[in-house]
Amino acid sequence: MTPTRKRRLIVVGLILLAVGVATVLTVAALQQNMTYLFTPSEIIAGKAPAEARFRIGGMVKEHSIERGQSLTVAFVVTDGDDDMRVEYEGILPDLFREKQSVIATGSMQGGRFIATEVLAKHDETYVPRDVAEAMENAHRKHDVPLSADKPSP
Amino acid sequence: MNTLTLWFHKFGSPPTFHRVTGLLIPWLFAAALLIGLVGLYGGLVLAPADYQQSDAYRIIFIHVPCAWMGLFAYIFMAVNAFIALVWRIKISEILAMASAPVGAWFTAITLATGAIWGKPMWGTWWTWDARLTSELVLLFLFLGVIGLYNAIEDRRQAARAAAFLGLVGIVNVPIVHFSVSWWNTLHQGTTVRLLGPSRIDSSMLWPLLLLALATHIWFFASVFARARVSLLELEGGKEWAREIALATEPGHE
Repeated sequence: MTPTRKRRLIVVGLILLAVGVATVLTVAALQQNMTYLFTPSEIIAGKAPAEARFRIGGMVKEHSIERGQSLTVAFVVTDGDDDMRVEYEGILPDLFREKQSVIATGSMQGGRFIATEVLAKHDETYVPRDVAEAMENAHRKHDVPLSADKPSP
Repeated sequence: MNTLTLWFHKFGSPPTFHRVTGLLIPWLFAAALLIGLVGLYGGLVLAPADYQQSDAYRIIFIHVPCAWMGLFAYIFMAVNAFIALVWRIKISEILAMASAPVGAWFTAITLATGAIWGKPMWGTWWTWDARLTSELVLLFLFLGVIGLYNAIEDRRQAARAAAFLGLVGIVNVPIVHFSVSWWNTLHQGTTVRLLGPSRIDSSMLWPLLLLALATHIWFFASVFARARVSLLELEGGKEWAREIALATEPGHE
C-alpha cells in the first residue's frame, strides 16, 4: 500500500471511529429522553412525570374493558406486576382487544390515566389462523396459560 | 497478484465493467422479476391469513423486503464510499453514487407502506418512536448524498464529498436495526432472525424470503444500469467509450 493510501486509510478510519464514539455517547445520553413509554410499575414507582404528558404501555387486562356513553371506554393496563386504570374517549384501533399490548398517550389525574390517544402495539409474531386456533385448543386441553408462548410486551 | 485481486482489478476497469454488466443486467432483471412474481403470488395468494390481523398483514411482503433493502443499499453505498475515499477507485465512486437513489426509493416505500399499515393497526400514520425516526433519518441521508453529489460541478470531487457524507452516516444503520431492542418502541421487534427461531410461520416466511432475494437482485441490476450510464458520461473522452458510442450510433455500420 502506498504511503498516501495508508494515510487516507488512517484518516478515514479515525473519522469513522470519532463519529462512532460520538454517536454512542449521544445515544447513551439520550437514553432517558428516548423512553417511548412507561409501564404501570414504573409509573407507580414514580419514574413518570407527574404533570406532563407521557405514554403508558402494557397489556389490556382481561375482563377490564368497560364501555360507557358513546365512545368513552375504560380499561386496565397491566405489565404483569402492577395495574393502571386508563380512561379514553375516541375511536380505538383495529387491534385493540383484551391481552393486546397498547400504548396510550395522556397524563395522570388522581391515580387514573386520562388518555388522549390509544395505539395498539403489534407483536412480532405472525401465525396462520388455524394454527393459532389449534395451539389455543391444545393449551386449553393441557391447562397451559394462553399467553405462555407469547413474548411479554 | 493472486486470482482474486486480479479479478477485482479487471472488474474495476471501466471497459470491462461496462461489458460484463451489459451482459449481466438483462439476466438480473429477468431473475428479479420472476422470483418477485413467485414471491408475490406466494405472499398475496398462497400464504394463510394471520390469526390477528387477517389479510392486512400481507403488506409485510412489500414492507419488510424494502426495509431490508434500504439498509443493505446503505451498507453497500458506505463500503463503496470507503473504497472510493481511500483507494480513489472510480468504479467505487460511481457504484456508491448509483446506489443512493435506489436505496432512497426502497426506504421511501418502507415508510409509505408502514404508514398505510400503521393507520388501521396501530391507530396512527406516524409516531416519533426510535425505529420510525431512524428510518426517516436513513431516507434523509440518502437524499443528502444525492443532493450533495449534484450540487458540486466536478463529478469526481462531488462523488468524494458525497461519499464522505454517506460513510459518516453509516452510524445510523445499527441504530435503525437495533432501535426496537434498545428502546421501547411502538414498532414491533424483529420477526425474522438469523440466530434463533423466527417468529413467523414457515408458510408465511418463504414468500418473504423469496421477495427479499428478488429485491436484492433487482437492486444490483438497477445499480449496475445506473453505474453504466454514469461511467460512460465520466469516461466520455476516452478511447473505449468513443468506440462504444461509434458502434451504437444510428446509421453507422
